[in-house]
Parts: sequence; C-alpha cells; structure tokens
Amino acid sequence: MSAVVKRFPVRLDLRHGVIDMTHGSGGRAMAQLIEELFVRYLDNDLLRQANDQACFAVSAGRMVMSTDGHVISPLFFPGGDIGSLSVHGTLNDVAMSGARPLYLSAGFILEEGFPLADLDRLVASMARAATAAGVPVVTGDTKVVEKGKGDGVFITTTGVGLVPEGVDISGDHARPGDAILLSGCIGDHGVAIMSSRENLEFETSIESDSAALHELVADMVAAAPGIHCLRDPTRGGLATTLNELARQSGVGMVLQESAIPVKPEVLAACELLGLDPLYVANEGKLVCICPQQDAQRLLDAMQAHPLGRQAAMIGEVVEDRHGLVQMETGFGGSRVVDWLAGEQLPRIC
Amino acid sequence: MKYIEEFRQHDLAQQLSAAIRKAVKPDRSYHLMEFCGGHTHAIFRYGVQDLMPPNVKFVHGPGCPVCVLPIGRIDNAIALVERHDVILCTYGDVLRVPASGRRSLLKVKAAGADIRMVYSVRDALRIAQENPDRQVVFFAIGFETTTPPTAVAIRQAQAEGLGNFSVFCNHVLTPAAIQNILESPEVREMGSVSIDGFFGPSHVSSIIGSRPYEFFAEEFQKPVVIAGFEPLDVMQSALMLIRQLNEGRYEVENEYTRVVTREGNTKAQSLVAEVFELRRVFEWRGLGLVPYSALRLKEAYAALDAEKRFDTPAIAASDVKGCECPSILRGVKRPVDCKLFGTVCTPENPMGSCMVSSEGACAAYWSYGRFRRPETASRESVA
Amino acid sequence: MCLALPAKVLAIYELTDMAIVALGGVRKEVSLALVDDVQVDDFVLIHVGYALNKVSEEEAERTLRLFAEAGLTAGEPA
Repeated sequence: MSAVVKRFPVRLDLRHGVIDMTHGSGGRAMAQLIEELFVRYLDNDLLRQANDQACFAVSAGRMVMSTDGHVISPLFFPGGDIGSLSVHGTLNDVAMSGARPLYLSAGFILEEGFPLADLDRLVASMARAATAAGVPVVTGDTKVVEKGKGDGVFITTTGVGLVPEGVDISGDHARPGDAILLSGCIGDHGVAIMSSRENLEFETSIESDSAALHELVADMVAAAPGIHCLRDPTRGGLATTLNELARQSGVGMVLQESAIPVKPEVLAACELLGLDPLYVANEGKLVCICPQQDAQRLLDAMQAHPLGRQAAMIGEVVEDRHGLVQMETGFGGSRVVDWLAGEQLPRIC
Repeated sequence: MKYIEEFRQHDLAQQLSAAIRKAVKPDRSYHLMEFCGGHTHAIFRYGVQDLMPPNVKFVHGPGCPVCVLPIGRIDNAIALVERHDVILCTYGDVLRVPASGRRSLLKVKAAGADIRMVYSVRDALRIAQENPDRQVVFFAIGFETTTPPTAVAIRQAQAEGLGNFSVFCNHVLTPAAIQNILESPEVREMGSVSIDGFFGPSHVSSIIGSRPYEFFAEEFQKPVVIAGFEPLDVMQSALMLIRQLNEGRYEVENEYTRVVTREGNTKAQSLVAEVFELRRVFEWRGLGLVPYSALRLKEAYAALDAEKRFDTPAIAASDVKGCECPSILRGVKRPVDCKLFGTVCTPENPMGSCMVSSEGACAAYWSYGRFRRPETASRESVA
Repeated sequence: MCLALPAKVLAIYELTDMAIVALGGVRKEVSLALVDDVQVDDFVLIHVGYALNKVSEEEAERTLRLFAEAGLTAGEPA
C-alpha cells in the first residue's frame, strides 16, 4: 500500500458507511473515496499520479481498444462479482483481436446509499483480477446518482492492447472448411447467476467461469498466427456468438452436439429451468475459427493451458447462403441453432 | 441424469428408426398429431423427424396452454397491474405473449409495473407473506399438470388467512381441446386435415390417467398412445401408433408407464375437484369458445378469486390480421402457410402466441427446422 | 408443455410435507402435497416446485427394454 499523506481527519467508514451525493461532487469527500478505496486497491504508478488521464508510451504497431458496461445483478455471485467481471470482460474483448492487453480504465456510477463495505469488496476484487492478469487500471472516474437511479453500481471498463505482427483476426474471416474450436464447458456463468437470483432458487456447486483469457490467446496465437476468428460467447451464449460470426463472414456452420462440453450440473440446471445451454452466458470461454490444418496444433496449445483443458473441436464452417448454424444432435437427427429471440426465460411448459 | 439420458440414446434411436421404417406400409401416409408442446419441442430439438420415414408426418396441435390463452386474458392481467397496482406473479412462459396493442407483460414490466416471474406458485405465496400491505395476484395458467399445484397453494392461502393473495385462474382442460379439434368441421367433414392418431400428453396424463382418452379412441376411432416426452419415447409411441393403424385398431395404449397409470394421480384429482369447478364455456385462442374446457375457483374459495376481487371484464380481442394461429393450432395449416411467418412475425417480433411460446408450432419450426441442410432436407418431414 | 423431470428424493421433511430432490447434482426443494408414500431414494416427477407422481423404476427399465427389442423384432405386431 502506498504512503498516503493523511489529508482527511476521519477515515472512510468502510464497514457501515454508504455512498452519498458528496462522493460524486468533485470535492473532498470524493477525493477521500478515491484515495482510501480506489487507489488503495488498484494502486499503480500511473494511477498514483492522480491526473485526470494516464499518459504512456506506445510502441509502433496496431492498437486495439474495447469498452464494456457492466450492469449485472446480483453484484456478487458464486465465482465472482461485478468487479472481477468488469476486468475479465474487457480484457477478453481486447484479447479476442489477438492483442496483448496493456492498460485498463474504470468508470463507476454509484447509487446513493450503496454500502461502502460492498464497494470495498468489489474494488478489492477488481484489483486482484487486474494484478493476476498483469494489466493495471491506470485511470478512472466516479459519479454518484440519486437513490433509485442506479442498481447499486454500474462499472464501465475500457482496455487498450497491442496486436502482434502477422495476426489478423476478425469476425468476417471465417471460411468454408475452417474448424470451429471451443475452449471449454459452456453455461457455467449463466447458471451461477440464475442460482443466486430470487424465485429461481436451486442449490448447485456451479460457479461462474469468469476469467481473463489473454494468456490463453497469446499461447494460441503463438501456436498458429493464422487464426481467423476469436470471440468469447458471453450474453446469448455459444449459439448467439456462432450466429454472429456466421453472419459477419457470410457462411454457415455445422456443429456436433456430442462434441460440445457441458458440465453435468449445468445440464441438469438447464433441464430444470427449461433452458438450452447453447444460449446460456459464459465469461471465461472462447470460440476459435481457424484453418483446418491448424486445428490440432491449436487444440494442443489450448489443452496445455489451465483455462483450456476441456478444449474441443465442435464443428466446421460450411458454405451456406442462408448463414445458418446447424447441429447434428447426439440423438442422431439434425436441428437449426438459431439466434436467441429476446432473453431466454425459464419456462414451465 | 437418471431416467432422462437413457431415453435419449443414439443407438436405441437408430434401432427404433429401423423398426419404424420396416413397420410403415409404403402405400399410405401416417399423420400423427402431437397435442403436447413438450413433444413438439422434443421432435425439433433432437431432430426426431430425420429418423422417421417420409410418409410419417407430425402434425402440431395446440398443446401449449400459453398458445391458447386468449389475448383478452393477458389484457386483464395487464389491467390488474396498471389499474390496481397489484404485484403480479407469473410463470416465465407468459411474459412475452402479445396482448392487445402490441403490448406484453414483459413490456409492461419494463415500463415499471411490478410483475415478478416465479418458478412455482409457492413463490407467489411467499411474496404475499412478505408484502402484507400489497395485493398479490398469481396468474395461473396451464393444463391439468399445473392445476394441482395451484389447488394446493389456494388451500394453503386460505388456511393461513393470507388475505392479500388471489389467483387469476386460466387453467384449461386437455380432453375438451382434443374433442374440439376432432369435431371441428375441417377435420370431420372437409377432410382437409387428416389426423390418423394422437400422441397423448405425457404429464397431463400423469395426473388424469389414461382413462379419459378411451372415449376419444372409441368415439372417433383414432388410436391414442400416451407418450413420454423424451425423444425415444416419441419414437416408440410413433411405432405403436403405426402398428395400431396398420392393424385397424383404435385403442389407448400407454408408452409412458413409468409415470402414467390408467387412474392417474387420484390425490391430485380430488384436490383439484375440491378447489375448482368447470366454467360453462371458455374462449381458447384459435379454437374459439369451447364448452366445459376451463376451470374457475369454487364459491368456497371466492375470496381468493382475483376475478371476484378485481374487475376483469371479458375483453374480446382479435388476432392480428393475417395471423394464422387459429388454423395452425388446429393442425389445419402449417407455419409456412402463414403469410406473416418469417416476414413480419419472427421470434423477435411475434404476432401471435404460436411464435412467442417456444412450444408453439411456429417458434419451434423457426428455431429448429427451417432451411434444413440439403442432405437432410430431402424429406418433407414437418407437417 | 408441462416441463416435468424425474428427480431423486434425498431428504423428506414430514412436518412441512417438503422434500429435497436432486437432478444431476442440482438440488431443489419441492412440495410432496400431491403424492403419498414417498421414501428417500425414490424418484419423483417434479413440476413447478411440486412432486406430481412417483417414477416407477421397474417400468422405466421395462420401457428401455422395449426400445431395444423394437429393433430386434421390427415389423412384428405389438
């Protein structure tokens, strides 16, 4: 922890205190919040300079920038919280271009009345995630809105990164004949969230798979720089991501259901709620589309990494002017895996 | 998952597929109606039709209590929330069903109304207990499977004196609907829909038993096989129907013996009979007015009847012009026969219930079945 | 329609007529108000938080055998 000159007569009451409008007004209260909470945890040279911006040198090459707003509820869930999620989510978006993430920024919109104890927990979690990933949060912003106008806290993170030479990954690069690879089990995050929502109570040991994927991506790019597409299947699940890629690239896809890894408990939870795991959110998985000849090398690289142990080839890209994603079911028939229509709601019928 | 995964086995599917191909007579076709949305879902999700010979066609019936819920009843529910400021508790299925004026419970919820999705009617009871100064209304829907839980909850609410809880009852009855379809002019006289046999609903039958279907088999001379809702159950049941048709039999057979008996769940039946009585008539979307097809709370439970506590006028709301839900629900037309299908009416923008509910014929066909892969699309396999 | 699933009874609370059931490792609390004579290790069909019926293990086995036999005796009368 950095040596902070004691400028505030009374420390923040992190156990019982709450956010009030003064914490966003730009005055002493806000300065104290930043120093005693945000900087204390997210601590790094750039952040400690306490400017409204962070200044850093960039090497020549292509830069990548990505931003993500996080509004998840509940804020705390098995396997993570909105803090760690906001770090992982943006790191992953940057990494899906093949880029090495360099820096993060974080903007907080806090609701009046939000407990400081919760904020303390969230920011500590963010800091742990950023440190583990080796990517610092170098600048940020705080605003406070009136009670009732926010869901506790909203966090927006932006990340920048550098794309290595020879890497050209984009959603419209999939070609007929390409292999479709998946880094691991689907549905964990969505099921973890649902298990902690009211009125859907069921007990499960499933935790969110929220994780930073940039090091896995680095290994993959090193193994096969000619990767065509990378994307992490977050909201809307694997099915939505594959449909997006199919549309962007103007191709179709054929999947093998029996090749798609899903944990038994996730399958069971989905059965109970009448949900299809293909549409359930993930926060620590990626889809990779690559030339067929690179597939085995990539799978080896993925399986060698802790976040890719269950990596599998789940299908291939085909020509299809309708741009459909189809699947050979484990049962022996075939079905279309369509876009998600609205939010997937649990059903009784 | 025991008793689930064994009924989805690939190898058994291949064997049953071969058996069905051997059993069918090449000179005729077999139109088999699955009444139950769960069967529609299984057929599409697992691709069962790919394992059937071309002359076996599945006809999708109305078996979705959400699909047959008239628009006016959703309008009533919306009015309850907007005009009476109740907390409306509902199953997820109903949230996206289009009501009048292109509204839906989901849209009304987004605008700030206190509509809460529940997994069980027990959650609605709990919400009523936790909010004693608010009125809580449970939007009860479903066929005979879902009615007994509502009956238990109503009795519990009464026993506990839960004065702020009431039920907006839209429970409907399966046999009445089957009869309505079989008696409809299209089926009886004009012959434009030929239904050769029925897959009996899985879980409705677990409550009412297989006995109620004996009347239909006899009266209309159509075989009925009560089918489990896993894909192997559907295939085995198809085989049993095909065999009956080949032999000129029209009996009620039970494939789902692991759960269904002839008598059904008598405890559940008597609980339902204690709390509910038949409405003389009820409007079903697509089927019109069907006599003795729906339930309402008995006088003894009038205090818990939302329709008595609040003003819920009968609203005659009509379907969107061009929407073929009524014909599709009867199996008279297919989703592709509707001009709105895939053009104006999509899952993102549903015009009628058949598209909104994932059990609806249109939604299932759209999500799972359209533009099938050339190698597998050689059969015209979906009726 | 009627999404109902077979789940194994892990524990029974007689006072409240409730049970803890498990489906593939996921546990849920359900009401036993609609069924009688349920024992631990029985399988019950659950729907909207209620057990609707017991699942007969013998009938389940018999049904699976029927599927297997269909392949062997294809074309013969039922």
